[in-house]
Amino acid sequence: MMDGGGGPRPGGAMVEFDGVGLRYGPDAEVLSDISFNLQPGSFYFLTGASGAGKTSLLKMLYLAQRPSRGIVRLFGEDLVTMPRHRLPGFRRRIGVVFQDFRLIPHLSARDNIALPLRIAGVREEDLAGPVAEMLSWIGLFERAEARPATLSGGEQQRVAIARAVIARPQLLVADEPTGNVDPDMAMRLLGLFEALNRLGTTVVVATHDIHLISRIDSAQMMRLEKGRMADPTGALRYPPANRV
Amino acid sequence: MIVPRVPVQHRRLLPDHRLSGPTPWVIAILMMLTLLAAAAGVGLARSANAIGQAIAGRVTVQITTANPVERAEQAAALRRRAAAQPFVRSARAVEQQELRATLGQWFGSAEGDDPVLKSLPLPALIDVDFIGAERDEHVQALRALVAAEAPGARIIPHAEWLGPVARLIRSLAWVAGALVLLMALASAAVVIMTARAALGTHYATIEMLHLIGATDRQITRLFQRRIAIDTAYGIALGTLVAAAVLLLIGWQWSGVTSGLAATASLGVAGWGLLLALPLLAIALAALTARQTLLAALKKIL
Repeated sequence: MMDGGGGPRPGGAMVEFDGVGLRYGPDAEVLSDISFNLQPGSFYFLTGASGAGKTSLLKMLYLAQRPSRGIVRLFGEDLVTMPRHRLPGFRRRIGVVFQDFRLIPHLSARDNIALPLRIAGVREEDLAGPVAEMLSWIGLFERAEARPATLSGGEQQRVAIARAVIARPQLLVADEPTGNVDPDMAMRLLGLFEALNRLGTTVVVATHDIHLISRIDSAQMMRLEKGRMADPTGALRYPPANRV
Repeated sequence: MIVPRVPVQHRRLLPDHRLSGPTPWVIAILMMLTLLAAAAGVGLARSANAIGQAIAGRVTVQITTANPVERAEQAAALRRRAAAQPFVRSARAVEQQELRATLGQWFGSAEGDDPVLKSLPLPALIDVDFIGAERDEHVQALRALVAAEAPGARIIPHAEWLGPVARLIRSLAWVAGALVLLMALASAAVVIMTARAALGTHYATIEMLHLIGATDRQITRLFQRRIAIDTAYGIALGTLVAAAVLLLIGWQWSGVTSGLAATASLGVAGWGLLLALPLLAIALAALTARQTLLAALKKIL
């Protein structure tokens, strides 16, 4: 069996959360009774006040955390009971943009961007072109050999985004991806996410920026309030057919 | 594979700080001590075996008859009859001059010509070497011969007085072996601490690699390679220093030709073991690092 499984059932959700709760150690739950479905090819914004649990929810989405209770299905497979050795295959289908970038400090911008392809076993001669293209797209071709410490916050953010999308993930998860860039670059990055979404990538962007949310008409919004999903209309769990 | 093959581009995932930590130096010291302890253990074990073989089948018959002429006749008769026995390899009468020379060392006269020594009545001694390992049966048969040819003579098995020395040497060899084992464990502990420290230092990188889909095996190979190479440097250094020390001791030892010291040597098998130890140490380090890393990574989702 291939790592990462096949994919969501035809017509099924790419991500399914059902009654999910998450607690760290013996403390109270930081997320409770979270239930929603994410449809393939859709665009979602995740909002909520600081401490509402956005990052914890994203961690479960990008497989850095298993839930304490409930059911999480990704690409049609149950992740709660999935053996650990199968997780890397799933992670290769998910791109993640971290709020704090998490670039590897001793690697150049080029090597940071190439990392997912190298981990996936892509040959050097095959990855040079896509990496150069991505560097050009984020406007850092001239700074390809620069270390993260010599890049500005915005430049680091762009490298982090390039790293997240270079392997054409099926699911892109971004935690405050425009928090460190100017409005123009924010719109360019959002344009990239939208373009990927049009190519079929499901996009989940956690943000505080209400102006950003209004820029994408087709996006759906999820809102977390004190660890619970605010979805009074049930649109997330039972999305309207025309959104699928 | 002891030092796994990792693509050059993947190697860059760990910063290049070779030999910057204490691990290679600590491993070098432990390796040097391990080799010296192993050499001492092998030398002592071979010495104990050589002494054991030499004394296991040898007895000395001591004839103390007061009349020197009768004593000499008894000694000659006993030597002749003993030599004719099928279980005796050789029977040799110790010359009086040889006896005096040995005793002379205690009298301050190496040639044994001390007048006091010359005036002493010395016993007649016959060294008998047996064939085969059934020493007790041979001693019984010899005892019958002695009773017939030299009544009152004593049979002194060499194992009785040199045996404790051989046992002591053998015990020291075991102690040296235990030291080798302890130092191997200490080396493994150093490697475990190094692996854990490396995981701690590079935790952010490891977490990142996991999240973009790196397998435990990919991450382990990176660290295993680094630790195996660093350890190999330390082992090579420790081996060079130990070899120099052993050659120096061997050169000085070559001048020792008498007594128990002359029985000590490493032999081909001993040198083979000493050469194999560094390779075994590298394999042990790599295996320890691999298991430590895999166990630690399993605790991360």
